[in-house]
Amino acid sequence: MSTVVEHSAKDVLALYRSFLRNASKFGNYNFRSYFLRKTRDTFRENKNITDKEQIDKFFKQSQLDLAILKRQATISQMYHFDKTVVEKL
Amino acid sequence: MIKKLSLDVCQKYFPSQIIGRKDIKILAATRFFSSTSVDFKPSPTNINNATVNTTPTAPDGSPISLKNAERDDNLYGTRPIYLDMQATTPVDPRVLDKMLQFYTGLYGNPHSSTHAYGWETEKEVEKARENIAKVIGADPKEIIFTSGATETNNMCIKGVPRFYKKTKKHIITAQTEHKCVLDSARHLQDEGFDVTYLPVNSNGLIELDQLEKAIRKDTCLVSIMAVNNEIGVIQPLEEIGKICRKHKVFFHTDGAQAYGKIPLDVNKYNIDLMSISSHKIYGPKGVGACFVRRRPRVRLEPIINGGGQERGLRSGTLAPAAVCGFGEAARLTMAESERDKKHIEKLSNKLINGLLSIEHTQLNGSPIHRYPGCVNISFAYIEGESLLMALKDIALSSGSACTSASLEPSYVLHALGADDALAHSSIRFGIGRFTTEEEIDYVISAINHRVTFLRELSPLWEMVKEGIDLNSIEWSGH
Repeated sequence: MSTVVEHSAKDVLALYRSFLRNASKFGNYNFRSYFLRKTRDTFRENKNITDKEQIDKFFKQSQLDLAILKRQATISQMYHFDKTVVEKL
Repeated sequence: MIKKLSLDVCQKYFPSQIIGRKDIKILAATRFFSSTSVDFKPSPTNINNATVNTTPTAPDGSPISLKNAERDDNLYGTRPIYLDMQATTPVDPRVLDKMLQFYTGLYGNPHSSTHAYGWETEKEVEKARENIAKVIGADPKEIIFTSGATETNNMCIKGVPRFYKKTKKHIITAQTEHKCVLDSARHLQDEGFDVTYLPVNSNGLIELDQLEKAIRKDTCLVSIMAVNNEIGVIQPLEEIGKICRKHKVFFHTDGAQAYGKIPLDVNKYNIDLMSISSHKIYGPKGVGACFVRRRPRVRLEPIINGGGQERGLRSGTLAPAAVCGFGEAARLTMAESERDKKHIEKLSNKLINGLLSIEHTQLNGSPIHRYPGCVNISFAYIEGESLLMALKDIALSSGSACTSASLEPSYVLHALGADDALAHSSIRFGIGRFTTEEEIDYVISAINHRVTFLRELSPLWEMVKEGIDLNSIEWSGH
């Protein structure tokens, strides 16, 4: 079993910000809105975990998810489509 | 009773070049060359400064970009809102992330058992199989990969009766099934099988006692879809499963629209065969699966013969990228099920309430036994196709995508007992994981406007408002 790392509130906030920043980079309006919504929901749901082990588990999973988000946000910017009718130019 | 149109009202909705044009067929034709323009900008310099630098030009080939009377369209984009989730769904970025591995490094043939390239791909394929099986409570060994739900439906509906043809000659299905089920059944009729097409009630549900009465001694298969693709009603699978098990008849269900969206348990519902599609759950197109029960064993004659992959039921090398994308999509439907369900229900209720508040509208199909992500609504005194034409900024359909090129009214709505006028005036709205509340608000207001506008054009509507019963009119023939 891997060792449990402690994470401060500052770390969590930085992770949260990083999620939001990458989610907002999506070129596609629907994906962008979805991942912003999902990030807010996920962090809110896990707001009250206090167990260090669980926090670390959440952190490790989030790191993997963040890597996916980063890659996909970048790919999404490589192919350009028109904006949808609900998006301001 | 010809209604005069004031030109400015018209121009508010249609740009000038359309007004006064007599050949409406051109209008219809332009629908198919619709509004998407795609730029590929693969150069890496664009990645970092990809803040959007588009100029607000109308898309090519679409002379009818409709204008909203209440806002300045030049400030907004042009791509339509996607509300046709029953036809297909966008690929989730997390699914694409999984798939890209197979196009960049993991290129081994999953059936190559002699080297590491084969093993690593096979491991991923088996992981996908497990994820797909878990959603319906099946064993991974019971999942057979195919090219999609249409192939699976063909495989089940032709395969099972053909295997048992010496003793059994009869299958049962419903009138509201998908075209590929009905067409497969028709092929079986040509081969000498008997097919019973069960009617549905006005809610779109089959009657269980009718099903029980229809089962004969030589019945080998009952095929009833889980969620209807046009009206979204959920059939009573558990009860159907019980009846089938009692009479020792195999039960196949077309779960393309249900898988990953409503709770399904093949053991609880006694389902023997199930068709599953990947691109309805934010996975890639071109892949699907068939659940084939092992205990009690269901035997079927394969359509595709060859190397004996997939338990010999579907030979041919798997497409690992598609299969694993499908697996990831299935995993995500489980991980996200609560969030998705809550989101879709909220938007669906908002849409239904918003649209049914327009007078002379009705929801088609059972209001209770339904999947909320599929909303089918009829707008009386309007032609559904003309409403679709007037709604260029929303991607909708009046029924299944397979039949959207024809102007025939939906056979599903006919089976519910709807008359031609009602069947012609219905539109299907599909809500999914990536639909936003903002889009639903836009759709409600746009439909409100356009319905009012189109009704103002209609002489029938004028008569309805004057209180004339349309059925009492004797129309003169030409």
